[in-house]
Amino acid sequence: MVRAGRSGCASGGRAGGPPVARAREAGMRPGRPARCDAGWDGVGLTPKLPAQGISCPVRPADPASGRTQLPDVSCYFLPRLWTLPSDSPRKWQAHCPRRWRRTLTWPPAASPPPAAATTTITTATATMPNSVLWAVDLFGKVYTLSTAGQYWELCKDNRLEFKRVSAAMQCCWGIACDNQVYVYVCASDVPIRRREEAYENQRWNPVGGFCEKLLPSDRWQWSDVSGLQQRPLDGVALPSPHWEWESDWYVDENFGGEPTEKGGWTYAIDFPATYTRDKKWNSCVRRRRWIRYRRYKSRDTWAKIPSKDDPKQLPDPFNDLSVGGWEITDEPVGRLSVWAVSLQGKVWYREDVSHPNPEGSSWSLMDTPGEAVQISCGPHDLLWVTLWEGQALVREGINRNNPKGSSWSIVEPPTSENGIMHVSVGVGVVWAITKDRKVWFRRGVNSHNPCGTSWIEMVGDMMMVNVGLNDQVWGIGCEDRAMYFRQGVTQSELSGKTWKAIVASRESDRSHSGSSSSLLSAGCFFGDEVRGSGESCAPSDTDASLEAERLGPDQPVPAESVDGPRNPRDSLATGPGIGRTTEHAVEVTSLATPAPGPGLASTPAELPWTNIDLKEPKRAPSHSAAGFPETAGLSSLGLLPLGLEEPYGADDHSLWAWVSGGGCAVEAHSVLKWFTIQSGLSPSVQTLSLSITPAQTAAWRKQIFQQLTERTKRELENFRHYEQAVEQSVWVKTGALQWWCDWKPHKWVDVRVALEQFTGLDGARDSILFIYYVVHEEKKYLHVFLNEVTLLVPVLNETKHSFALYTPERTRQRWPVHLAAATEQDMNDWLALLNLSCCESRRVHGRPSPQAIWSVTCKGDIFVSEPSPDLEASEHMLPCDQMFWRQMGGHLRVVEASGRGVVWGIGYDHTAWVYTGGYGGGCFQGLASSTSNIYTQSDVKCVYIYENQRWNPVTGYSSRGLPTDRYMWSDASGLQECTKAGTKPPSLQWTWVSDWSVDFSVPGGTDQEGWQYASDFPASYHGYKTMKDFVRRRCWARKCKLVTTGPWLEVAPITLGDVSIIPESPDANRSGHSIALWAVSDKGDVLCRLGVSELNPAGSSWLHVGTDQPFTSISIGACHQVWAVARDGSAFYRGSVSPTQPAGDCWYHIPSPPKQRLKQVSVGQTSVYALDENGNLWYRQGVT
Amino acid sequence: MTDDKDVLRDVWFGRIPTCFTLYQDEITEREAEPYYLLLPRVSYLTLVTDKVKKHFQKVMRQEDISEIWFEYEGTPLKWHYPIGLLFDLLASSSALPWNITVHFKSFPEKDLLHCPSKDAIEAHFMSCVKEADALKHKSQVINEMQKKDHKQLWMGLQNDRFDQFWAINRKLMEYPAEENGFRYIPFRIYQTTTERPFIQKLFRPVAADGQLHTLGDLLKEVCPSAIAPEDGEKKNQVMIHGIEPMLETPLQWLSEHLSYPDNFLHISIIPQPTD
Repeated sequence: MVRAGRSGCASGGRAGGPPVARAREAGMRPGRPARCDAGWDGVGLTPKLPAQGISCPVRPADPASGRTQLPDVSCYFLPRLWTLPSDSPRKWQAHCPRRWRRTLTWPPAASPPPAAATTTITTATATMPNSVLWAVDLFGKVYTLSTAGQYWELCKDNRLEFKRVSAAMQCCWGIACDNQVYVYVCASDVPIRRREEAYENQRWNPVGGFCEKLLPSDRWQWSDVSGLQQRPLDGVALPSPHWEWESDWYVDENFGGEPTEKGGWTYAIDFPATYTRDKKWNSCVRRRRWIRYRRYKSRDTWAKIPSKDDPKQLPDPFNDLSVGGWEITDEPVGRLSVWAVSLQGKVWYREDVSHPNPEGSSWSLMDTPGEAVQISCGPHDLLWVTLWEGQALVREGINRNNPKGSSWSIVEPPTSENGIMHVSVGVGVVWAITKDRKVWFRRGVNSHNPCGTSWIEMVGDMMMVNVGLNDQVWGIGCEDRAMYFRQGVTQSELSGKTWKAIVASRESDRSHSGSSSSLLSAGCFFGDEVRGSGESCAPSDTDASLEAERLGPDQPVPAESVDGPRNPRDSLATGPGIGRTTEHAVEVTSLATPAPGPGLASTPAELPWTNIDLKEPKRAPSHSAAGFPETAGLSSLGLLPLGLEEPYGADDHSLWAWVSGGGCAVEAHSVLKWFTIQSGLSPSVQTLSLSITPAQTAAWRKQIFQQLTERTKRELENFRHYEQAVEQSVWVKTGALQWWCDWKPHKWVDVRVALEQFTGLDGARDSILFIYYVVHEEKKYLHVFLNEVTLLVPVLNETKHSFALYTPERTRQRWPVHLAAATEQDMNDWLALLNLSCCESRRVHGRPSPQAIWSVTCKGDIFVSEPSPDLEASEHMLPCDQMFWRQMGGHLRVVEASGRGVVWGIGYDHTAWVYTGGYGGGCFQGLASSTSNIYTQSDVKCVYIYENQRWNPVTGYSSRGLPTDRYMWSDASGLQECTKAGTKPPSLQWTWVSDWSVDFSVPGGTDQEGWQYASDFPASYHGYKTMKDFVRRRCWARKCKLVTTGPWLEVAPITLGDVSIIPESPDANRSGHSIALWAVSDKGDVLCRLGVSELNPAGSSWLHVGTDQPFTSISIGACHQVWAVARDGSAFYRGSVSPTQPAGDCWYHIPSPPKQRLKQVSVGQTSVYALDENGNLWYRQGVT
Repeated sequence: MTDDKDVLRDVWFGRIPTCFTLYQDEITEREAEPYYLLLPRVSYLTLVTDKVKKHFQKVMRQEDISEIWFEYEGTPLKWHYPIGLLFDLLASSSALPWNITVHFKSFPEKDLLHCPSKDAIEAHFMSCVKEADALKHKSQVINEMQKKDHKQLWMGLQNDRFDQFWAINRKLMEYPAEENGFRYIPFRIYQTTTERPFIQKLFRPVAADGQLHTLGDLLKEVCPSAIAPEDGEKKNQVMIHGIEPMLETPLQWLSEHLSYPDNFLHISIIPQPTD
């Protein structure tokens, strides 16, 4: 974790200690392009960077696991360690033990730019908020409601009507009224691209050298990697019309992180063998890899999934469908489970659906013990199916290795007379509706017992319920067809508290023209036709209007329709909040579209429970199917006499048919605006935006500021010599805290503390903190001058609310004053007060300057320091142990500042955040916090523990170890015992949000059950068992979450792994250009942010920059030099990046230091530093 | 950009340069020099005039000293009004310093309350704070506070300690996230032209349609005479803390930022100076 400062000194530990010291710098010469050249030099700072200090304390320690080890409190913030001497780094080269120089000509002849590595521009459309509720109204129109929004938005692709939708975070599956399955993949700035590859094989013969003629026993001349499959380049086809080629085929020059420099050829003695980069005397065969990318193009549109039906047989269209399972496998597998039920009651599973392959490959039939009518698949391993007979089927044995599960078991309905009609499952909950529309909650459901224990009846009469993310629940009212949200669902109270009606209005209510056709087809779907065969009717607009005209004008409007939905029963039966809010809207609706009223009230049988309702008499549906479309169609055509008079309400009450919350993340701290009808705001104001809000620039505010200044001038300017009426006195705040005492044995001792604030002669405030303690019955005290405090940091652990005070002296001693308060509130009060006093005595207030230096600690706390003007001038260097660090609210893993006030951060959960210009938040409230620009921020990280086992001849691997062994449940080092039950979240701020699960993504790989094997503890582990392996371990992970506040806004929806902003001085006259910002997504895509400026620090959109492999680290230097490190450890330089060509043109592969895999790179004005996986620091020589 | 927090500071540290002169009819042993002082706008006269009292008592005979009271151009100054309000209401158009006459005799019983000690001021101040919180939060916030928090509010005001005061007062300025403001805005509107001491009514910060009420909305509702008709000439100044906020200013914001320490918005309506 190094970051090079602008003048070429690596002046910042990245995520750990203090940050990018890019303040001001002597000798910056803008405009001169930097060139990278020559080779890498190991920097002889330390052979291995220590776990704390410069090599960010965030991800050091345990090299075997690569896991974060949180260093000890006492030394986790050491500003002193991170600065390197700021004179020329070349001095270090002389002492460098591992000098490594290579001379390369520039541009590197070795690596001509690969053709495909050119920039590909995605359209900068506004991306959909990544958390939306999907729903289908009674007419088959699909709507989405954002968690940040207050309007239902019509799905962008509204050509089709749907009867079912099932959503995940990035996509939505649906069954349209033509009975075909469609998938809607939300647009994103990052394309879905997949690599196709083919190998060209050649054999040497004495006549022509290497040539295409192979021996008869050899592989195909064009083959796959194994050589067994023939694979000619022109034979590789796109899998479906929804894909397109990104470019033509080209040769892959990268061989294991190094450029081959020989046209991509790799050599071997014979097929199959180990290939090497260099040709040897005995190299008889050679091969090279051709690659080509294809890209999924059908985004923000419904893409048809080819029908499973054999044309020769009778069609068996799908009747229900459910998407889930995304929590079973993490990235990179990222599988989705798509399950469907056909009209004949069969259950189908869609193979190979994942984010990179959104369509999946084929349908496979699953055996079921009965006829299924409906299916629900949870985010994790729950899968429930309702059967024709009213029981539920529960799938057992679903896991990572077997997403289809292994067996079924049957759950009986709550009451025998009313069978189950509908189920919906979440991670640990099952909700069901029986045929009498009662809502039921299944108690005791979890992964180990997917069947649960018993039913509990809930309040409400519902048509359907749907469980979404975080086990939140939505339902559609049985009689009013309104959408309800279950309020109060938390991890501890999964059944929630009450149903609350969602009254968000539709943004597109006035577009009637499109709805006439939808009405007809929706009518078909409710009527007979859909039940019989799969024959679909897709009437055109003309059909609709013709039919409407024919039947319409004299169709009577049933009088009771007005009263129908207002049946008092629904408001009483479905709990508080229902009915009342929608009353006035209902009136309008029932006049405008009168038919659904009586239909709903009198004959529930015709509602879209086609399959279930088959048992009921069929007289009513046919009547309704006839009556329903015309009248409604008429009103939209404006022919209905009553409808003409009535204003067509913009907020008429929607009638819903289906809802899916699988892509809708509602959390405890979410503030939803769904429950009130808001007026006067346009839909575009739905999401928080960072551009300065009108309120802050409003004339009235400016005038108040200005008048106050004038008033002070008028009333005070000439009278400063007057005596103050109130003399400033010393103010003392006292309290009781605990103190981690300075002497051994270290322990918490009770102390009295007093903060004395006084005003100095110059009017400045200063404060002293006294700590009174008793030792050997003798009263003593120590004191801290707050103007000497360099850092005040909360130190949160499992049990104590404590904080530490550092002074330069204390930093040198590595022993801060460590105090603990009894309650969180108490600690926050003290922290806020002490922080305010420190800032006041240093006269630091308001928002940090653009040049401020930002840093994060290994716990994720964020600090800012104001640089002195001469920070990087070597004559008057402020010793960094004297820099004052002030805390900002929020929680980040990485922070990156630009020098022009643009600051970005990345959370532990990879969420990207942009600084809003506020200050405070977190534990700083009141005066220590700005009024505006403070928002809720959350972060999620994993806690890891290890299960260790030893092999013995009797029982095989067991949890019985040798007496000398580590704990059988331990941390990564094995030194601490960590059991599943006994392990707590890292501090009181964090709460568990998941259960323990096996982590399969550990370095070294695992077997199917997650085990890693080794000959003994501690050793290097591998993912397969050999004869010599006597021990094994596996890693368990559990997610925990923290919610805080800070001056940060999320940059949705793409999550990031790394980010870099061009270092610029604030006075640099570049106002015409946006600020260059590059990032690597957590999946490894390289991205360039467009439109970033001081006024719009979040920028507008991402530009995807194509790469041949995932990247991990990126850095942009002051002269637009972009360097990056790929996941295989190779370094790349991006050519021709400039303000006018923000994404550059191509990648140049720069060879890494020999036998080292780089993992991070940082670029300054002209210097380039890199860090390899073993913690060595490298300096690139010859960059000018 | 200036942050709203700076407004609080500016309001708190508002000072009025004042010249105290002893009333000519008071009997003194030697000539009483005028006394010059910077008075905090947010405080109370009797709370910050110990020095004045001491200064003039030195020149007076012991037996002539009774309760001190102040007068400006013939109007006795009510100590239970904040100083800034008194100045805005009575003297904002006059030249600085503000000339206040000090009396020790003939206490105007019908105009002024007695102020026997600082406890009286504290009692008055705390009752205002409580009344304001009753309007804002149905007294929930103030009742949840401890006695020492109440004390800290008062001590903060008495000792002119901004931090100390606001460490507690910020809690009184909070409101539930799901609401858009307080229940009612605690305000008092003062006019020199009427007999009535002030206007105080229930007024919500947010209109039924969700729009924020502005200062103009408030005046239109409770004191329509204060605002000029659309086409007419501006006859009055609407003044808080010596400034004239625009009528478009949201009332909730004003209440959070321009309230006096007693948590009331004290609004002065004064005739537009004719110069």
